[in-house]
Amino acid sequence: MSTTPSSGHTPMRTALGRVRGLGSAHSGTDHFFKQRVTGLANLILMIAFIAIVISLAGSSYAATRATLGSPFVAVVLLLTLLSVTTHMRIGMQVVIEDYIHTESLKVLLIVANTFFSIAIALAGAFAVLKISMGG
Amino acid sequence: MVELTLPKNSQITPGKVWPKPQGAKKLTEFRVYRWNPDDGRNPRIDTYYVDREDCGPMVLDGLIWIKNTVDPTLTFRRSCREGVCGSCAMNIGGTNTLACTKGMDEVLVKGVVNIYPLPHMPVVKDLVPDLTHFYAQHASIEPWLQTDSPPPEKEWRQAKDDREKLDGLYECILCACCSTSCPSYWWNGDRYLGPAALLQATRWLKDSRDERTGSRLDYLEDPFRLYRCHTIMNCAQACPKSLNPAKAIAEIKKMMVERQI
Repeated sequence: MSTTPSSGHTPMRTALGRVRGLGSAHSGTDHFFKQRVTGLANLILMIAFIAIVISLAGSSYAATRATLGSPFVAVVLLLTLLSVTTHMRIGMQVVIEDYIHTESLKVLLIVANTFFSIAIALAGAFAVLKISMGG
Repeated sequence: MVELTLPKNSQITPGKVWPKPQGAKKLTEFRVYRWNPDDGRNPRIDTYYVDREDCGPMVLDGLIWIKNTVDPTLTFRRSCREGVCGSCAMNIGGTNTLACTKGMDEVLVKGVVNIYPLPHMPVVKDLVPDLTHFYAQHASIEPWLQTDSPPPEKEWRQAKDDREKLDGLYECILCACCSTSCPSYWWNGDRYLGPAALLQATRWLKDSRDERTGSRLDYLEDPFRLYRCHTIMNCAQACPKSLNPAKAIAEIKKMMVERQI
């Protein structure tokens, strides 16, 4: 990808040509909608998540494993991870798109952001499943 | 990265303090941004003293008084002097507004009227910003009625309550106060269409006579063109016609979701 903004800074290009640029990406609504849905889901799931953490405060490893062994508790934790990391990924991508204007760096950061979010989600899910089902 | 500081040749330096008019009883101090593309100097802030008994009460009256009696080189746009044409939009007392409808006494900061051009736009001279890109963005949303049906013998008809849906949208005078107050437009104005163009887009999306709603939405459906709006609401606060571009943009987003679900 070139470092010139896609709208083009060629001096003799018309203003309208510059505005139209590479045309519409025909996307964005999906992120917009998901961000709101996961925002709402986070609100509900975080209440459950905090309740689970508080109930486990100070308890032994064996007791924790017993609690997380319940499919209901484990699924709530997994859903929280899914919703939070999805929300985190989209939110961070918006920040990158807003403030990073070097095209190559922007693409790199957006990819890194996706990798990071997936890694966090899978590491968390692995931990939950290990405690929940593991030996 | 986003530019948070001004480039060296745009940094503001102290300017000239013009003499007070003789014999004037009531004075108001004006500090005005000056920049001349021809003299190779940095922008500066000139200080003027406006004789309040010799001019009208609005900021524009003061600027015209300065141009007529003190400094004819002071450059700004103005035309209708009654909030209809949108020419005299500038940053007054820290807010984008129209010089013609803003009273001097409404905008005093420590007794001073501070005037700058609209923020984050290229400056042509003094208080005149280059709005070429802004106008092209408006043109890009194709702000006219588009139909494919054969034209009726007389006019395209519209029910009264459908016409009412355009209230709060059609009144925009394209002064650019909203777009140039929007941080998202500052950072990504090359690709983000900005509140003014998007409010106009809503005006045509909501028009019951228009038959190209779908392709209008197609044009807007883009992470930058539309979705750079983060509901900061500076636009609604700045609008000198008391319109709400943020709400209009929310309507577009709603239509985007509606056609997918």
